[in-house]
Amino acid sequence: MKKLTLGTAAALTLMANTAFAETEITWWHGMGGALGDTVNEIAKGFNESQDEYKITPAFKGTYEETLTAGIAAFRAGEQPNVLQVFDAGAATVIGAKGATVPVQDLLESNGVDFNIEDYISGVRYFFADADGKMIGMPFNSSSPVMYYNVQALEKAGVTPPKTWEEFQSVTAPALKDAGYIAMTQSHLPWIFVENFMSRNDQPFATNNNGYDGADGTKILVNTPELKAQFTAMADWKEKGYFEWFGTGWGDNQTPFEQGKVGIWFGSSGSFGGLSKQDLPFDFSATYLPYWESVTTEPKQTFIGGAALFAMSGKSDAENKATTAFFEYLTSPEVQYMWHRETGYVPITTAAYELAKADGHYDRFPAAETGILQLSLDASENTAGYRMGFYVQIRDVMNREFGRIFTGETSVDDAFNAIEKESNELLARFAKTQN
Amino acid sequence: MKRAGFTTRWLPMLLLLPQLAVIIVFFYWPAAQAVQSSFYLEDPFGFGSTFVGLDNYTYLAQSTEYAKIARFTLVFTILVTFFSLALALLLAVKADKVIRGAKSYRTLLMWVYAVAPPVAGFIGLLMFNQSWGPLTELAKSFGWDFTLGVNATDTAAAMVLVSVWKQVPVNFIFFLSGLQSIPKSVREAALIDCASAIRRFWDVTFPLLAPTGFFLLIINITYALFDTFGIVDTLVKGEPGNNPMTLVYKVYVDGFRGNDLGGSSAQSVVLMVLVLALTVVQFRLVERRIHYT
Repeated sequence: MKKLTLGTAAALTLMANTAFAETEITWWHGMGGALGDTVNEIAKGFNESQDEYKITPAFKGTYEETLTAGIAAFRAGEQPNVLQVFDAGAATVIGAKGATVPVQDLLESNGVDFNIEDYISGVRYFFADADGKMIGMPFNSSSPVMYYNVQALEKAGVTPPKTWEEFQSVTAPALKDAGYIAMTQSHLPWIFVENFMSRNDQPFATNNNGYDGADGTKILVNTPELKAQFTAMADWKEKGYFEWFGTGWGDNQTPFEQGKVGIWFGSSGSFGGLSKQDLPFDFSATYLPYWESVTTEPKQTFIGGAALFAMSGKSDAENKATTAFFEYLTSPEVQYMWHRETGYVPITTAAYELAKADGHYDRFPAAETGILQLSLDASENTAGYRMGFYVQIRDVMNREFGRIFTGETSVDDAFNAIEKESNELLARFAKTQN
Repeated sequence: MKRAGFTTRWLPMLLLLPQLAVIIVFFYWPAAQAVQSSFYLEDPFGFGSTFVGLDNYTYLAQSTEYAKIARFTLVFTILVTFFSLALALLLAVKADKVIRGAKSYRTLLMWVYAVAPPVAGFIGLLMFNQSWGPLTELAKSFGWDFTLGVNATDTAAAMVLVSVWKQVPVNFIFFLSGLQSIPKSVREAALIDCASAIRRFWDVTFPLLAPTGFFLLIINITYALFDTFGIVDTLVKGEPGNNPMTLVYKVYVDGFRGNDLGGSSAQSVVLMVLVLALTVVQFRLVERRIHYT
């Protein structure tokens, strides 16, 4: 009898499912490990919040692998509804007009009231087009921030440096004398080139930092200001203020976690990981320093991380489901949960207010650094950049920077090479866009 | 001399068909596509493309970085091939003489063969870990400040070492069976004629091993050029940075990481031509001097 009841129940459930005719959509992402668990939690939350739609997330490897998988699937007509694309891939996916439905159009055509002003200033325009229309929905948004070992700085008798001038004349020598490596960092192109430009209010590329189109866009890195940054870093390395442990992110973060390093430049998204560890010291975070010799009015930084793109070629019913998912994702509660669990910044002001009201920043003041830095003064150089084949351009930068710090090349030669090779890549990319 | 043959024409064709179909679908068709797309610069999503003629090739020819990678690949291939063959030969000659517990020795020496390249790379990553890797410590005790992923030469040394380690067992198996197929009578005759073991090796054993050696030479060059991909990728942790890389890895970096379809297609065409040329040279020149028994 009991068996029969179970069987009937199962049959009823099956019938119920078909009766509702859930619209199923797919979401390909590059979030592994603990981040992947949180992604699955969001998807589960969305599926349980209503019974019309069902989203299935799938982990596709690194950011690069996710983008390549998405492209291959698109060419085969098997694209997912939602594809996560990272900052360096923005020009590729946005340049291919017709590959995606701009998220702003998607939301508006499905009757959602969209206002870009609802989003935090620093996240608004990175994944937007030249007219400021949002193309990709910022998802895991982070910004480079300066983490520091509180005890190390106390022992050295210094406070977190506001400017690089202060770092090199006061902070670094004191930290060295106290027995620490003064600084390490985990991503030279992102932190010390891209966000150097934004923080110090410098243009990064011609054509409005590349937003006005790929044709004729040239990179602007071979400048005295940026070269001075790297000349200084090479000098700091000589003096024992700075250590470089290779291009890998983790190799440079580990010494900080071991308590050997005073200051580490990482991502605001590193906060979740750091606070879950049992570190032998207290850490905190603050803004990236700027060069007083370059600007006296430092600006905000822009986001790194990745955005979610709605792929084209899907039925209206599925696009409606995608819209519903984006609405759920941008709701203050979900954004706050994502922010709290991972350390990525909440993308809307409403979510930020919710986190504040909940006392999140009273408990973890460092968690607020990213948002505050993204909300500093803006200028025409703080929206971001739009350059094609940018993955290779970053590779070229990493290669030359590595050679600077291993003494294989000079700063001048390195920047000449970066400028030449990047401009060749940009010109090649422009030809793919016809 | 009696010639065996088919009585009908269609039967051999039919028997060949499945194999030909596999070759066409998995080799000729993609190869033709690679040649075609090497003349274009194409938007990865397939919306825009520009015919650029030989631009992708001239771009490679003028790139000093590509030349550097090609030079590294050459040196890497020579080192990996030489050391894999030499070490395996030494081990095989020694193992051939072992009588007691021979099977356990051989099994132990062959074991590594079962390790997949990325796993081998990962083991290398652990051994050369910057802060606690045992091999890093060992190098330090000799005064060599070994830093994987920082110093390009150190990374290259690790790549060669792991690649050799991974390949020695394969060569060992072939060399050992080659040694064991040398007739006992020949060895005994040599033993009577000459007392020096080294002379006996070079005058008798080595020439008789030449067919095996030639076969292994081709296999090893191909291995160093192509199959070390997994090791290279793991050791650089997916970040090319200032690390050395092989030509095959460069195809991956530009094509799969960077979505430059035209550029990476041109690179794979260059590799195809290289392999063709290599094979012709090997069979034409090297094989002439080898006498198969």
